[in-house]
Amino acid sequence: MNTQEEMEVQLWDYIDGSASPEQRSVIERLILEQAAWKAKYQELLEVHQLIGAIDLEQPSMRFTRNVMEEIARYQITPAAKKYIDNKIIWGIGVFFIMMILGFLVYGFSQVNWSAASDSKSSLGIDLNKLDMSQMFNSTFMNGLMVLNVILGLMLFDRYLSNRKKNYMKEA
Amino acid sequence: MHTEPSDMDLIGQVLKGQQNAYATLVNRYQNFVFTIVLRYVKAREDAEEVAQDVFVKAYRSLPDFQGTAKFSTWLYTIVTTTSITFLRKKKLEVHSLDKEGVFEVADAMDSGMRANQIEQKSKVNMVQEAIRMLSADDAQVLTLFYKGEQSLEEIAAIMGKEPNAVKVQLHRARGRLKEKMERYFSQEVKDIY
Repeated sequence: MNTQEEMEVQLWDYIDGSASPEQRSVIERLILEQAAWKAKYQELLEVHQLIGAIDLEQPSMRFTRNVMEEIARYQITPAAKKYIDNKIIWGIGVFFIMMILGFLVYGFSQVNWSAASDSKSSLGIDLNKLDMSQMFNSTFMNGLMVLNVILGLMLFDRYLSNRKKNYMKEA
Repeated sequence: MHTEPSDMDLIGQVLKGQQNAYATLVNRYQNFVFTIVLRYVKAREDAEEVAQDVFVKAYRSLPDFQGTAKFSTWLYTIVTTTSITFLRKKKLEVHSLDKEGVFEVADAMDSGMRANQIEQKSKVNMVQEAIRMLSADDAQVLTLFYKGEQSLEEIAAIMGKEPNAVKVQLHRARGRLKEKMERYFSQEVKDIY
């Protein structure tokens, strides 16, 4: 960096107020005592004041209204925890709980409790008497499956209608 | 005594669903945003479209604004990225800091208006014209520092640079601006000094 450049950098720091107090006092003394520093300081200060005086560009009069019309079509992107509808969560929960309960109720209804004393199992259940093929062929099981399918379809329908609603809002 | 609501107050209102509060923010920053966009996008129609896009993007991303920086700093970051994306899409030329031929471009821009119009321009208009001849980076750093009320650290965050690099760029941008004024507006500059 040559002397001229160095002088400009120091003067800009002084004008911008980013010079340290020690630097400031040194520069102030140089401006007072040396004609070259004084001339350069006045030149840079003029540029500084001119840049500071420029006006900002203005957009058209309708600008704010255009922006407000545009954002009226949008929703603020919600925080991630708000993305998912709580009803859907509850629906999925109920679906699985019913499925588990169905299996448990049917399984226990098939157990021959009177044969518990003959059982070799530590649980007191004779596993040989549990007929798994009956579980999946019975009317009860079919009914449960139909119920689950209906619940699944209802959830899917709700999901599609929510998506459609959001799409319509954005459009 | 009536005081203007702060940016954070207005943002809070918008997030609570008072969309109209956003209009105040738009009014407050539209000139700053539009001016910075114009540093990149020269056509006013395009600049207005980009500036509008900036405010829409900011509105939609408002929940992401953490409040750790000033709203204006966050907004100007969106201005920079949106302007650059627009230029990439349009495949327009951005005059970068070190690109050769900047002076030739300035000559070309200047030649049409120089002969008859300069005399009528005020000193401030002369500075505006000279800023338009600078590279987008130089013009942006000058605008943010002088008109955007941003510190060197904040400008560094907006432009994705180190504060020291911004400081050097600011010094050089002012030097280049002075050079442009002396070269193309010599009569006005004589009047000044």
